[in-house]
Amino acid sequence: MNARWHAGVVLLLALGGAGCDDMSRQHKAQDQAASTFFADGKVDQAPPPGVVSREQAARDAELARRPPLDAALLARGAERYRIYCAPCHGLAGDGHGLVVARGFPAPPAFTEARLREAPDRHFMEVIANGYGQMYGYAARVPPADRWAIVAHIRALQLSQHTEAASLPDAQRRALPGGAP
Amino acid sequence: MAQIFSRAADTWFRVAMLVIVGGLIGVFIVAMLLERSDYQTGRGWTVDQPVPFSHQHHAGALQIDCRYCHAGVERSARAGFPPTHTCMSCHSQLWTQAEMLAPVRRSLEEDRPLRWNRVIKLPDYVYFQHDVHVQSGVGCVSCHGQVDTMPLLHKAEPLSMSFCLECHRDPAPRLQPRETVADMAWHTDEDRRHLGERLMREYRVDPAGLTSCSVCHR
Repeated sequence: MNARWHAGVVLLLALGGAGCDDMSRQHKAQDQAASTFFADGKVDQAPPPGVVSREQAARDAELARRPPLDAALLARGAERYRIYCAPCHGLAGDGHGLVVARGFPAPPAFTEARLREAPDRHFMEVIANGYGQMYGYAARVPPADRWAIVAHIRALQLSQHTEAASLPDAQRRALPGGAP
Repeated sequence: MAQIFSRAADTWFRVAMLVIVGGLIGVFIVAMLLERSDYQTGRGWTVDQPVPFSHQHHAGALQIDCRYCHAGVERSARAGFPPTHTCMSCHSQLWTQAEMLAPVRRSLEEDRPLRWNRVIKLPDYVYFQHDVHVQSGVGCVSCHGQVDTMPLLHKAEPLSMSFCLECHRDPAPRLQPRETVADMAWHTDEDRRHLGERLMREYRVDPAGLTSCSVCHR
């Protein structure tokens, strides 16, 4: 009788105690968290050497193929450019971004002859791997977005380096100093 | 025979009843208030960090887009802390001798990530997805507040279950066009409910499923 009574109390206490853990902190590995399991103290582990990502083929294909130039690509390019490039290169691509105003070495303007003549591949390469003081953006800008940014850079170059005579009449009249 | 109850017994009994019932209700009310207080939810409290990073400087004065650093926010569950590489995109050239940034340089040198302390930590039984919110037109500001005015980051909203449900029950007036989610100063003259209902159709947001338990808990 007494033993059964004791068992009952223990069971009740156990049930009551279970309520103290509200499970808001669970023993599980979460992205970017610290780990006591791995030697380097990180949950996120690099894949072993030689591992090929399942998406590698798709990424390579995206890199190799220039997407068709349309309004959607240009819009995407303008947005991505504003996020990742404008801090240094400036919204107009003249190299006068806000970070440059704080002392970062100024990048060249996209209207330079060297850059107007550079092939698209050059920009793809620089976005991914950097150039001079510029760090690579491969981790932040996926291949499809790199193509979109290249399209936007071309638009910036064209908008600042075009023969006035080649413009349609309406646009030519709108120019300051108004061509006839 | 003497009386069992004194003349005051009735009054004492009433007072005792009042104290017991009132006390229980009082304890309940105080517990509710505490649970919702900023002390409990962490709203408005800053957290010590290895580097006193200022969102006001970077996102405000320099107008760097949220996604420049939190690049995963559109395509993964977590917005992600930026790797040291991201900090060094600028700080390899700027403030290279600053004492304040010594931990960043050490992190790069030793190839060990900086250990930022979470400002927002949802319970582990909540499976929040940044990508689906951003793609559905929930602005960063809606949950994180005016981060571009915070010298040290703090929680701007309680981010409690009732906060989440408020929007999940009626998302329309809180949605904004997908292209504007990271714009801290976004404003429209259009009626928010009208715009939100159009966006919900466009982004295929189904309000019926939004309050189901398994949307957030599993």
